[in-house]
Parts: sequence; structure tokens; C-alpha cells
Amino acid sequence: MAKTLPKVDVVIVGVGWAGGIIAAELTKQGLNCVGLERGKERKTEDYFMMHDELRYALRYDMMQSLSKETITFRGNERIRALPMRQYGSFLIGEGLGGSGVHWNGQNYRFLPYDFEIRSKTIERYGEKKIPQDMTIQDWGITYDELEPYFDKFEKMAGISGEENPLAGKRSSPYPTPPMKTTPALEKFRKAANKLKLHPYNRPSANLSEPYTNPDGVSRAACQYCAYCERFGCEYGAKADPVVTVIPVAKKTGKFEIRTHSNVRRVLKSGNKATGVMYVDTTTGEEIEQPADIVVLTSYVFNNVRLLLQSGIGRPYDPVTGSGVIGKNYAYQVQKGNATGFFEKEEFNTYAGAGALGMVVDDFNGDNFDHSNLNFIHGGSIAISQTGLRPISNNKVPKGTPTWGKEFKANSIKYANRVLSVGGQGASMPFKHHYLDLDPTYKDEFGDPLIRITYDFEEQDRQLAKFLSDRCVDIMKEMGADKIESMEELGPYDITTYQSTHNTGGIIMGADPSTSAVNNYMQMWDADNIFVVGATAFAHNSGYNPTGTVGAFAYRAAEGILTYRQKGGILA
Amino acid sequence: MADNSKQQEKKESLSRRKFLKSSGIAVGGLAVGGALGSLLPFKEKTTNNPVVKNQQVAENYNLALMYFTREQFKMVEAATERIFPADDNGPGAKDLGVAYFIDHQLSGDWGFNSREYMQPPFFKGEKVQGYQGRLRRREIFDIGLRELQNHSLTKYKKNFVELSEEEQDDILTDFAEDKVNLTTLSPSGFFNMLRSSTLEGVYSDPLYSGNRNMDGWKMRNYPGSQMAYTEVIDKEFTVIPPKSLKDHLGH
Repeated sequence: MAKTLPKVDVVIVGVGWAGGIIAAELTKQGLNCVGLERGKERKTEDYFMMHDELRYALRYDMMQSLSKETITFRGNERIRALPMRQYGSFLIGEGLGGSGVHWNGQNYRFLPYDFEIRSKTIERYGEKKIPQDMTIQDWGITYDELEPYFDKFEKMAGISGEENPLAGKRSSPYPTPPMKTTPALEKFRKAANKLKLHPYNRPSANLSEPYTNPDGVSRAACQYCAYCERFGCEYGAKADPVVTVIPVAKKTGKFEIRTHSNVRRVLKSGNKATGVMYVDTTTGEEIEQPADIVVLTSYVFNNVRLLLQSGIGRPYDPVTGSGVIGKNYAYQVQKGNATGFFEKEEFNTYAGAGALGMVVDDFNGDNFDHSNLNFIHGGSIAISQTGLRPISNNKVPKGTPTWGKEFKANSIKYANRVLSVGGQGASMPFKHHYLDLDPTYKDEFGDPLIRITYDFEEQDRQLAKFLSDRCVDIMKEMGADKIESMEELGPYDITTYQSTHNTGGIIMGADPSTSAVNNYMQMWDADNIFVVGATAFAHNSGYNPTGTVGAFAYRAAEGILTYRQKGGILA
Repeated sequence: MADNSKQQEKKESLSRRKFLKSSGIAVGGLAVGGALGSLLPFKEKTTNNPVVKNQQVAENYNLALMYFTREQFKMVEAATERIFPADDNGPGAKDLGVAYFIDHQLSGDWGFNSREYMQPPFFKGEKVQGYQGRLRRREIFDIGLRELQNHSLTKYKKNFVELSEEEQDDILTDFAEDKVNLTTLSPSGFFNMLRSSTLEGVYSDPLYSGNRNMDGWKMRNYPGSQMAYTEVIDKEFTVIPPKSLKDHLGH
């Protein structure tokens, strides 16, 4: 029999960016919040030995142990889904701060086009432009309505950046100036300008200068140490929940964090949640935490899994297209890129920062004419200087063997002579791409794993090739002696890293029959459950998702406070 | 070289001071000072203390085996040297300690696949679904090395370690290109594991017994674990003598 604890105002499941923001905003207004985090406590001082490529980048020290829980995957419904036994395509974070601790800090706002994608696509190209199985829909909110929340997230995090002429309007400039420009980035800028594109310094959560945010949190400037993605920042220079919103929530005295607490069920009575049941993983004890409001802020897969195994919401049915939980799973089209080998130049590419880069959006969203193209949307194209670590970066020109004398010689010769330009392509949802519970494989508690049914479509192949060609154009202009690029996207492959930008499953919208949550991320079917995160994305854009997740979290916090006073469905 | 490194030290302590000045460590509001508050004094001690610097290098007691038999160890030493041979650039896998690295890795989490999902049922999957075998890495090494030996004996009537470099390359190529018939495991799967762990041993922090003397990093001018690159990030290519994690810990 599970132990039952005293009721609290709000229980938050997963303490990463979304959970941390919700906790800070609600506790400031006097609500008592409990944050349940399945991983361990984290603090900046833990990152003393962080510059360890083997431990963190290759052995995934900060990620969830897959021995306890993973996902299963199949390309389509005719194939048996099998467990992702080892990491590859994406990495699942755990621990205080979640993936917000080991992100790169590349911080974008989705485009105005994204939020009204269906209407705007039809308006410009007609309904025929949208393939029959492509389930894009408007998000039930506009960029202008979201702008104040983007602004709030960026000020909290201290985002460094400069105006992007092809993005949505900003109410205020970036809180801090852009990061330094390196010779490699300068090459990209010059080339892009020459091609009449619109390059800009990538918006960065790695601070360009010391910054104090509106909550009074001060952080040091980035040192370009080159250990961001998969690593925690030993300077606190990279905005992460542990050095920003979590201490703010804690300071109110109203936020209790329980680490090693793995939530297995959302408890309900009728159409309302009554709390959650979790396991204290240090003792194995099952504990019930009653709450007036339940907020799910774990990663995409667990948000969906929790609802499905708690019997909350209408599960998606890929045959009829009805139901909503698990619908519109999307990812990212990451492989359209070009690699340039420079014979006469070496670069300090051992140095860098997670978000250090130069970007163009000329081929993103609907910033270009798609009339004669067999895809919609597009992607950002960027050069990134995140730091080339030596185990994982051994690019050699085609024709070089993968091992032996020649491999060694070339991998050393080109160690500091390789630059890459890459596209980050948007990912459109399709009727047959979805998440549900796996019928066979279980987690450490015996609960079913989440199952991904997903593959690349013609849309993705066309988009990847298009982005790849644009990357080559830029790389040529940058003066590379040898250029290699993606020729063909191929099938979606779970073994090679692409991005941890999984989205959808509990999508947002204006219509309860086609969406799971409203634009405050409140569930249509249970008004005291809010599901906050990239689960709400109705498709994925050509950008990193965190900036938009952050904006959503501030929006949801506002909704929860209103709900606390008035009750009922908000939108 | 000595002069160079002295200069480098001077430059670094200067940039450290500059960094402290510019980064605003004395934070107002909530304390989020970071790990560096405790980091910097440590470093200062080691770099400026000539006694510590000139001490005799203690014997390395880590050069012993945790998993491999002596025969397996010799084979791994020979095979990884073919994957990453000594040349004009510098030492190969053998002198970098790669075989020790792999041995030590196999004795821990990685060797047991203990942070991976190893629950049944096991089915053969599509390539895009990733590894679906029930064998753990230490078992794969046991079987793979035995088969490497068998193949050498069949093809050349000699143990792998007794073959010429060309013959060893030939045997390894057969594995890399799946030209050996094995029922228990994929020959190229084993070869790829050998190859990737060789690169790990060459380039991981010397803490793990490979990359001896940071020579792997030195060959490609990788500076290892530096606290900051603010001074060089926007400059032309700059060679910086490498540092390892040990340099951050003091003594």
C-alpha cells in the first residue's frame, strides 16, 4: 500500500527548464510546489572534472541509464519495434535541471509562420501543397501573442545575440550583445553576404558578458572552453535551470525538490487529477503525492507515456486519425550539410561554445518561395563552433581508409582544417508518425516503454537535399579546397546522433478534437493537468526548440495562476 | 621548450587574473559563483610550485590488467597498433597505452553494458534499429579475439601476434569487411568496436590509461582540458600546450 503525503497546491513532474520555470513563477505568487525529479541533485561545483570527453560525451554520464528505461522504435507499423539498447539519435537527460544542464544554449524563437503553418501555407500555395497524410495544423496561438513570453525567457537567461532580419518582431533587443566572432564564423558571414543572404550571430545562452537577470541572479561570462553539449558548465555561464530559475523558486521557501523520485502514474478521479504516484528509487517505496494541480514537465517521451499509462486523455489512433495523445510526433531533419577541407589554413576549432555560430534564415520557414519545390518549410543553416573534441572528430576526405597509416596521417592533418556548414531542417508531422505504449518491452518497474513509429518522408528527403545544396553554395564561397556533402538522406536511423529535438505527442491547438492541450498547455480533458514542453509542438521548426519551450513555460505558468483563481478551461 | 612553457605559464596566470577581474565572480543577489571559485587556487598552487613540478615521476601502478588474459592483451596491443600505427606524427596505439585503456574499460560499466537496455526478448532487427544482441562487450571481445586468432591460424598457420604487419592488416581487413564467417557475432561489428575504442584510447584524458603523456593530443595540437580560450577564440590558429584533468586537481 502506497504511503500518502499531505496535499500540496501543485506537483511538478520533472525539474528541467519547464519545471524550473513553472516552479519559480508559481512560488513567487505564493503557491506551494513540490518538484519530483527522478535523477540526482546537481550543482555547478559538481562540474570540476567536466572536460572529459570520454565520460560525458561517449559514456553519457549525465544521461538517463537506458538499463532502467528506454524507448522502442520502428520505421513503420509493419515492423516490430525494438528497444533502443544504446544511445544514438538523441539523448535523454535526467537529474536536476534535466537536459537544460547539458544543452548547447542555442536559443531561438520559432517563426511567425510556424504557429499558423496550415493557414499560411494554404494562403500562399493553396491546399494542394499539403500532402494528404501531412497533419500540420495551426497551433492555436500566434507569434505576436507569444512574444512577451519569449522576451521573458530571454531576459531570465540573458540571451546574447543580434537582430535577425528574417525573424519575428522583437519587443526589446537581446539582453546581452552577441558572442565573439571567430575567423571561421567570419568566413561564413562574408560568404553569406556575398550570396546576398542575411547572416547573424546565433542567439546564445552562453553569456557574452556578465549579466544580472530580473530575478537578481548574476552569472559570469562564457570562457569558450568548448565543453557545452553533453556537459554542465563549470562557470554557470551557460543558462541552465540550476543556476537560474531553480534557486529563485527555492528562495521563496515554497519549493520542495525531491530527487530520486520517479513518477509512475497521474492519479485521477473523474475528469480531474488528484495527484501523482511515484517511487522513491533509493528505497523502492511507492508514495502518493496529492495535489490540486498536476504539471507534467518531463521529456517528451515520459509526458506522453505518463498520460497513456494513467488512462488520461484520448489515445491517438493512426488508422482513423482520431484521438490526440501520441499524435504528431516529429523530430528534425539534421543531415543536410557540407564539410569543407582547408589545405592552407588551420582554425582554433578546439575552442568554442555550445551556441557559438553564425546563421542564415533565408531558407527557413516560408522565408523563400516554395512554389516549385516539393516540400514546405525549410531550416536554419549555420556554421557552429562548439569545439571539436578529438575522439569524436576525425573527419578525413573521401577515399581515405577508416583505419591504419593513411587514416592516422589524414585525421591528424585535417584535425584543425575542417569546417562544417549544416542545415537544421524542420520536421512535419504525418498521420502515421506517433507515440504509443509498446506491447512487449518494459521499464524497471514493469511499466510499458513508449514506442516511436517514425521514418523520414519524401518531404524530408527533398528538404535535406535542398539544405545540403545551399550549404555547399556557402562552403564554396568560404573557399574550401575540398567539399563533401550529404547526397541522400536515407531512412531515419536511431543509431547516429542527430538531435535531442523530439517533439509532439500532446499538441496544442484551438480545437479539442484535434489537440490535447489549449494554448496555456492545459489539458482539454482534465482542466487541472498542464503538460508543458516540446510535447505541445504541433510540428517541429527549423530551429533548436528550447527558446520556444521556455516561452511556453512562462505562458503556462500564467495560465496556472489564473486557473488557481478562477478554475475551468482557460482558452 | 622549457622557456616556452614558462612563458605559457606567465601568460596563463595573467589571463586568469584578467578573467577573475572581468567575470564578476563576486556575485550580487543569489550565489551562483560556479566551480571555478575552488578551481583557481588549486591550479595556482601546482603551476607555481617548483617542488611539485620537479618531483620524480612515481611508478605507474595502473599498468596491469583488470580483464584481459596476457594473450588477449598482446593481441589487442598488436591489432590496435595496426589501426593507429606509430609514424612520423608520433607514437601509435601501443606506446599510447591503448590496450591498457581497453582492458580497464572492459572491467567497468562499459564492459558489462550496464547502462544499456539488455532486457529480453532479443530479436534480429533492421540496421536502423541498432544493436540488438545479447552479448556484452567483454563477451564480444572474448569471442572476437578468439576468432581473430582462429582466422590467423587458418589463413597463415600462425598466431595473430606472430604475423607480419601486412598479414595482420589482411586479417583485420577480413573482419572489417565481413569476409570471415562467424555464427556468434558480426566480424565488422567487432572490428568497429576495436576501432572506436582505439580512438578513445588515443584521445581520452590520460586519466584512463591511454593517451600516454598526452601524446595523442600533442600530435594534433589539441590543448586537452583548458579552463578558458577567451584569449585565442577570435584569433588565428594558436598552439597551446595541453593540460589534463589532473592539472585541475592539484597534486
